[in-house]
Amino acid sequence: MEAYLDNSSTTKVYKEAVEKMQEAMEVEYGNPSSLHKKGVIAEEYVKEAKKVIANTLKVQEKEIYFTSGGTESNNLAIIGTALANKRAGMHIITSSIEHPSVTNPMEYLKEQGFTITYLPVDKKGCILLDKLEEAMTEDTILVSIMQVNNEIGSVQPLEEISAIIKKKNPKAFFHVDGIQGYGKYVIRPKKMGIDLYSVSGHKIHGPKGVGFLYVNEKVKIKPILFGGGQQKGLRSGTENIPGISGLCVASKKAYEQFESKIKHLYELREYFTEQLLQLEGVFINGMEEGKGAPHIVSASFDGVRSEVLLHSLEEREIYVSAGSACSSNKPSISQTLTAIGVKKEHLDGTIRFSFSHLTTKEELEYTIEVLKQLLPMLRKYRRM
Amino acid sequence: MKFQSFLIKYAEIGIKGKNRYLFEDALIRQIKFALKDVEGSFNVTKATGRIYVNAESDYDYEEVMEALKRVFGIAWICPVVQLADEGFEVLKEKVLEYIDNVYENKNFTFKVESRRSRKNYPMVSQEINMELGAAILDAFEGTKVDVHHPEVLLRIEVREQFINVYSKEIQGPGGMPIGTNGKAMLLLSGGIDSPVAGYMIAKRGVTIEATYFHAPPYTSERAKQKVVDLAKLVAKYSGPIKLNIVNFTDIQLYIYEKCPHDELTIIMRRYMMKIAEHLAKESGAIGLITGESIGQVASQTLQSLAATNEVCTLPVYRPLIGFDKQEIVEIAEKINTYETSIQPYEDCCTIFVAKHPVTKPNINVIKASEQRLNERIEELMKIAIETVEVIECK
Repeated sequence: MEAYLDNSSTTKVYKEAVEKMQEAMEVEYGNPSSLHKKGVIAEEYVKEAKKVIANTLKVQEKEIYFTSGGTESNNLAIIGTALANKRAGMHIITSSIEHPSVTNPMEYLKEQGFTITYLPVDKKGCILLDKLEEAMTEDTILVSIMQVNNEIGSVQPLEEISAIIKKKNPKAFFHVDGIQGYGKYVIRPKKMGIDLYSVSGHKIHGPKGVGFLYVNEKVKIKPILFGGGQQKGLRSGTENIPGISGLCVASKKAYEQFESKIKHLYELREYFTEQLLQLEGVFINGMEEGKGAPHIVSASFDGVRSEVLLHSLEEREIYVSAGSACSSNKPSISQTLTAIGVKKEHLDGTIRFSFSHLTTKEELEYTIEVLKQLLPMLRKYRRM
Repeated sequence: MKFQSFLIKYAEIGIKGKNRYLFEDALIRQIKFALKDVEGSFNVTKATGRIYVNAESDYDYEEVMEALKRVFGIAWICPVVQLADEGFEVLKEKVLEYIDNVYENKNFTFKVESRRSRKNYPMVSQEINMELGAAILDAFEGTKVDVHHPEVLLRIEVREQFINVYSKEIQGPGGMPIGTNGKAMLLLSGGIDSPVAGYMIAKRGVTIEATYFHAPPYTSERAKQKVVDLAKLVAKYSGPIKLNIVNFTDIQLYIYEKCPHDELTIIMRRYMMKIAEHLAKESGAIGLITGESIGQVASQTLQSLAATNEVCTLPVYRPLIGFDKQEIVEIAEKINTYETSIQPYEDCCTIFVAKHPVTKPNINVIKASEQRLNERIEELMKIAIETVEVIECK
């Protein structure tokens, strides 16, 4: 039996999305900037995708910009907003558990003279709201906070955060990295006070290499790529029509039968954490039952190295991540796990299981069975 | 300047007496192999005791040089301009053009050295030397003749078909052509040292085969891929390497279970040597190669080396034995394996390292510990050997 429990790394692409993409490559392969019919048809694909996606967020179509994925969306949101607003101030706030595609643009801006405040988090991985209130100044132009943490699944109270921002400095913009949140939560940027929202296609059963950024029309933002002036000059480059059509299908399907899918995910999570906690020497990181994201379970295992456990599971066709997969090609201690105070001996023994609505209970039962066999064996051969 | 040919000079082959043709043929074979993927078409020939690589089409100079610089046995590579005989005046013109193109800075001492294998050429060598020498002195003010220690030695060879002009010598890797000195089995890990050791032995003309021990799930698929990548990098010099991948997990865990933990590494290495030797003998290799260097780690003290050596009947070659780490790193950088070696994937030597491993193992004590493995070790070794995965790396 195969159990793919690494859906926060990437997901299987919907068949319907693949079909639409194939059509966009083989039949309607025009360039939307071309003046002829083929171009007009290709442009229709982009318009359709904007309409569908805008509808999932209840925003305007013109507020959706297509990018090459989550990393570019975050870079554009942060660097683009910072550069466009630096006359108003040079201070930016973010959290200490962000993805590298947020922290590295922040570090880049720091080199350019901006001041960056990294907010601490509590043991559950939630930012400390009073610290946010303290950090906000006249000079703050941007606050960037992730919706769902990719390593431990902690969820930030976005509405409370935006209320604090608007109270302390109504001119500051609020960016949310929604890469792990879109499709798992209903997002209403206008109501929730979110000015920019980043999404990646391949985390929601869409293709890799495509994503979008919602930019509220009142946000002052500059491009970070320069070229032919596509997408109102904010994101030059011929639109990735196959990717955008695939993303369109995936976004639409993400919010179909939404409640039953989320219910299914919570049931999976509840079952899985319960079972894990019955095993000896297993600890769950992040938020308690019912509060964290429905699709992520981070567990630390006493006396087992995550890499060894990962490869042992892999031998039995169970696929998981050690720490955060996006950065696990350079083994380093996870910032997020350190920030939430995971014990030193557990930093090296933490596994992330992440589900999709396609995950079945049988896969989890199988995984628990395998863990029951593996853990005693692996603990027998402890590293010295 | 367009070079139509490369003259290949070899050093040690020249002294191999009656076997000389074997070495030359091997060198030609290796040159052809190295040029196989280079763009263009080339003819490699042996003529009057020399090897020429003749270009029969357009080619990229840098690409050809890169390829030739990896062929062991080549001491020097001389790019040659081939001219048709259109009379001495034309030759003079072309030689001046050659100097003008090849030397940016024209302040040098030089000597012209001609040879005629076509004896009916209207001038004798001495005349050619003097005439061309005078023409160069006239044309380039900064040049001076020095017949004893010239900075530029310009050679003119009047041959049957054409006239060769050359003066540049680019250093090759030296050594001897692969395939002239038998075959040996390299114990290849993902580290910095063993690929360098393989390179050095291959440089002496030895065909290389390799063995890697992996220990899933303790070592990952990526660690294995890294070793395949390293074998491919060494293969650019040594020619194709057959890589044997041995699953070592069960043996390693069995040793862990039964033997004192401070002796683990030594015992483990003794079994690795045994398995590698077995595979070597199966494929006709007549020696083992390791990247060990004295004292680098606990398992490479003289006592430890003696303890691992003791299980082998084949000679074990350790070309890095007297090298410092930095010296090894320099070669690794030169042969382009360093970047790959430092990728941080665990190999099976590091997963169960004791905090304080023995550094002066006593062979008798080690042997006594190994007695505890009697029950299953033979069976486990047999399984490991039977389940070897072979990857052709080229």
